[in-house]
Amino acid sequence: MQARGLTTWLGAAAVVAATAGIAAAEGEISGAGATFPYPIYAKWADAYKEKSGVSMNYQSIGSGGGIKQITARTVDFGASDMPLTPDKLSKAGLVQFPAIMGGEVLAINLPGVAAGGLTLDGPTIANIYLGKITSWDDPAIAKLNPGVKLPPLGIAVVHRSDGSGTTFIFTDYLSKVSPEWKDQVGEDTAVEWPVGLGGKGNEGVAALTNNTAGAIGYIEYAYALQNKLPYAKLVNKEGAALMPGSASFQAAAANADWPKAPGFYLLLTDQSGKESWPITGASFILLHEVQEKPETAKQVLDFFAWSYANGTKMAEELAYVPMPESVVKLVEASWSKIKDGGGKPVWTSQ
Amino acid sequence: MTLYERRQAANIVALTLSWLATGVGLAILALILWTLLRRGIAAIGLELFTQTTPPPGSRGGLANAIYGSLVMTAVATLVGTPVGILTGTYLAEFSRGSRLAPVIRFVNDILLSAPSILIGVFVNELMVVRMGHFSAWAGSVALAIIVVPVVVRTTEDMLKLVPGSLREAAIALGAPQWKVTVSVIYRAALQGMLTGVMLAVARIAGETAPLLFTALNNQFWSTNMNAPMANLPYVIFQFALSPYADWQQLAWGGALLITFTILVLNIVARVLAGWSNRTP
Amino acid sequence: MDLAVSAGASGGLNGRRVQDAAFRGTTRVFAFGVLLLLGGIIAALATGALLAFSTFGWGFLTSQAWNPVKENFGALPAIYGTLVTSFIAMLIGIPLAFGIAVFLTELCPPRLRRPIGTLIELLAAIPSIIYGIWGLFVLAPFLQSTVQPALIAVLGPVPLIGFLFRGPPLGLGVLTAGIILGFMVLPFIASVTRDVFLTVPAMLRESAYGVGATTSEVVRRIVLPYTRVGVIGGIMLGLGRALGETMAVTFVIGNAHRIMPSLLAPGTTISATLANEFAEAVSPLYTSSCIAIGLILFAMSFTVLAAAKLMLLRLEQRAAK
Repeated sequence: MQARGLTTWLGAAAVVAATAGIAAAEGEISGAGATFPYPIYAKWADAYKEKSGVSMNYQSIGSGGGIKQITARTVDFGASDMPLTPDKLSKAGLVQFPAIMGGEVLAINLPGVAAGGLTLDGPTIANIYLGKITSWDDPAIAKLNPGVKLPPLGIAVVHRSDGSGTTFIFTDYLSKVSPEWKDQVGEDTAVEWPVGLGGKGNEGVAALTNNTAGAIGYIEYAYALQNKLPYAKLVNKEGAALMPGSASFQAAAANADWPKAPGFYLLLTDQSGKESWPITGASFILLHEVQEKPETAKQVLDFFAWSYANGTKMAEELAYVPMPESVVKLVEASWSKIKDGGGKPVWTSQ
Repeated sequence: MTLYERRQAANIVALTLSWLATGVGLAILALILWTLLRRGIAAIGLELFTQTTPPPGSRGGLANAIYGSLVMTAVATLVGTPVGILTGTYLAEFSRGSRLAPVIRFVNDILLSAPSILIGVFVNELMVVRMGHFSAWAGSVALAIIVVPVVVRTTEDMLKLVPGSLREAAIALGAPQWKVTVSVIYRAALQGMLTGVMLAVARIAGETAPLLFTALNNQFWSTNMNAPMANLPYVIFQFALSPYADWQQLAWGGALLITFTILVLNIVARVLAGWSNRTP
Repeated sequence: MDLAVSAGASGGLNGRRVQDAAFRGTTRVFAFGVLLLLGGIIAALATGALLAFSTFGWGFLTSQAWNPVKENFGALPAIYGTLVTSFIAMLIGIPLAFGIAVFLTELCPPRLRRPIGTLIELLAAIPSIIYGIWGLFVLAPFLQSTVQPALIAVLGPVPLIGFLFRGPPLGLGVLTAGIILGFMVLPFIASVTRDVFLTVPAMLRESAYGVGATTSEVVRRIVLPYTRVGVIGGIMLGLGRALGETMAVTFVIGNAHRIMPSLLAPGTTISATLANEFAEAVSPLYTSSCIAIGLILFAMSFTVLAAAKLMLLRLEQRAAK
C-alpha cells in the first residue's frame, strides 16, 4: 500500500505543480485600494485585457488598504480617494496622480421618496451624522423640503466600516460645512463615528442603505446609479439645490487648479460655482518612486495611459468625470519621476 | 392535582420542548438549504463553470473562483495530511509514557479551535509581507494549518482503534516497526483516516477568513500560485455585499455550490465511517 | 504476505533499527512541528501587539476609543461585543442543543436516530459565510419587520430589562449576531451532549425507569448529574467556537465601535473588527492595535478551551474508575 499511496500523492502533487506553473507572472499586474472607482477600473481592465492581453487585477479593499498594501509593496499600485500630502508622499517614497473623478451622493431609503425627491444641505447632513437629528420629520429637514411628506421614521445612519477615501472626501466636506463636525470628529479615511451602522466598501453601504428602512448613506454616484438607489439633492456653497450627475460633477471639477497642486494634492469638496456639486473628488493612484520591478511599473503606466486615451466614454457611461486632456499631459510628464534602481525612468511617452 | 399528575404534566411539557427543539434545529437547516436553492438555482448552469468573474454589470461565471478554491484546497490537503498523519502516528504509536504527548494533544486541540482569522493574520505576517505580495501559496499554507489538527485528531483516534492483536501478529512475523505501522495499521485504519481527510477538506472548502489576508482575490483567470488567486468564499463575500443584482445572483449560485459540495462530502465521510465501524 | 519476506530483506537487525529510528524520528519531528506552529502563532501575535500595549498600557483593555484619526485605540467595544454575542449564542444554543440531545437519546425512534443526528451535524458543516449571507438577507429583514418591533413594543417598557430593547428596529445588530451564533454553536453542543448522554450505563437508566420515573425525571435526575462534566465541556467547546466566529458575525453585526446598552443596536466583535480593518490599518499603531485584539481573542478561546479540556479529562478519569 505504501508504494501505491506514495505514488498517488506524488502524482497529485505533480499535477498541481504543473498547472500552477503554467501561467507566468508576465501579463499580470495587481492593484488594490479604493472602492469609489472600482466599477470603472474593472471596466477598463476588462477592455484592456481584450486589447493587450494584460490582466489588471484590481481588488477594492478600501483606500486605507490601498495605501497600506502599496507601502508594504504587496501590490503593484495602490489606489486611494484620499490624496497623500506631499510630506507623506516623500516620506513613503511614493508618487501619486489622479486617475478619475466622481461625485458622492447621499442615498436615501424613505418610503415614497424617489431620486431627487428630498433636498438636504451640508449642516443638516452633519447634524444627522453627529446624531443630533434622529428622525426624518425633524424641522430642520422639513424646512428644506416644503410640501414633502416626511414620516416619523428613525434615521438609520450608514457609514463605512473600513478605511475609505470615500469617507475622507465625505468627512472633508462635513468639516468644511460644520465647525462642530470638524472639532468633534475631523476628516480621515476612518473616523470615530458618533452614530450609525458600518458597511464594508461602497458596496456594503449601498446594500445596507437598500435593506434598511429610513437609512441614509454616502456612496459614490456610480453605485447609486447601478443599484437604482434614490439619492438626495444637495444645496451647494452658492445656495443652489442640485441633482447629482455628470454636469454638476464637471462643474466642480472645472474649478480645480491642478498645475498649482504639488503632488497633485487637491480636494474638490464644497467648490464655488452655481452648478458645482458639493461632494466631488478625484481618485488617486500611488506608485513607488524607485521601482524594484521596472517592467511591472511600465505595464501599470501603460494601462493608465491607455485608459486616459480610450476610457473616457466608458467613464462617462458610469457617470464618472474623466481627467481633462491638460491634466493628463501633466500627469504623464510627472511619470518621469518613477525610476528603476539605476535612475532610469520606467516609462516614456510614445 | 395529584403528585403523579403533576409529574406526568411536567414530563409532557419537557418532552414537547425536546420535540420542538429538534424541530427548530431541522427547520433552520431546511430554511438555509431552501434559501440557497431558491436564490441560487438560477445561477447554476454551464456559464457558472466556464466563465470568469465579471465586472459589475456584465454576465459571467465563477470559473476562476472554483478553480482557485479547488487548487488551494488540494494543495492544503496535500501538505497538511502527511503532517497530520505522521503526528497522529506519533501520538498513537510512539508516545507511550512520554510526557510530551498530552501537551501535543492539548496544543493540537487549541489549533483545532483557534479562530481561523488569526491564522490568516499569522500567515500574512509570515508569508505575504515577507514575499511582498499576496499569493495562492500563502492561502494554501493558511488552509493547511487548519487541516493539520483535524487530521491529527482523526488519525490518532483511528489508529488507537486498531486492535493490539493485529500489531502483535505483524511484529511476531519479524517485520520492522515502521513497516508494521505503514502496511498493517494504516491499512486497517484507512477508512477512518480517509474520513478524517474528507472532513478536513469539507472544513477548509468553506473557510473565508484565512484567505482574506493571504490569497486575496483575482478578477481574472489565473493559475499562478505566486499571485493573488480567486476563491469561492471571497467572491461570495464580495459579491453578496455588493448592490449589483448580477453579482448577487452569482454569489447565491456560488453559495449553493459550496454548501452542497460540503454537505455531500460530509455525508459520504460519515457513510464511510459507518462502514469502517461495521467491519469486524 | 510480503511482510515476512521483507523482514529478512530489510538488511538484518541493524538495518531495521535504523529504519525504525528514522521513522519514529520523523513522526516525532512533525509532532514537534505542531508545537512549534502554535508557539509561532502566539509569538507572532505577541510581537505584533507589543506596540499597542506599550503605547496604551493596560488601559487598552478598558478604553472605549477607536479613533484612527487621533490614533487612540481601545479594545473594550470589541471585547464587549464578543462577550455579549457569545452570551446570547449560549442562551439560545444551550437549551436547543439540550432538547435535541434528549430527543435523540430518549425520544427518537431508533431507526431515525442516525439520520436525524446526521442532519443536525450537517448544521455544523455549513460554512460560516453561508450563515452570514443567510443572516443578512433572510433573518435580518425578518427580524426587522416582525420580531424586533414586537420586542420593542412588549419588552421595551418593562422596568428592569427594557433598556435592552430600545431603539429603531434595524434588523442588524448585536441581537441578530447572537442569534446566528446560537444557530451555529447549536450542532456542536448537541452532538457532544448526545455523545456524552450515550455513555450513561443502560443499567442506571433502566433502574430509574423501573421504579417509575418519567423520561424527563430520568434525564434530570440520572443522566444529567452523571454527565454533568461532559455536558459543561461541550458547552465550553461551543463557547470557544462562538468567540472566534468571523464571517457570520461580520455580515450582521452592524460594525459600530461603540458599547450601547440596547441589544438592538449595532456593535462589533474582535473578529469582525479584524475582518473589516486589518487589511487597511495603515499606521503601525493601528495595525498593532488590531493584532492586539487578536491576541486577546486568542487568550479568550485558549482559556475557554483549557477549561473544557480539564473538565472532559476529569470525566474520562471518572469513567475509567
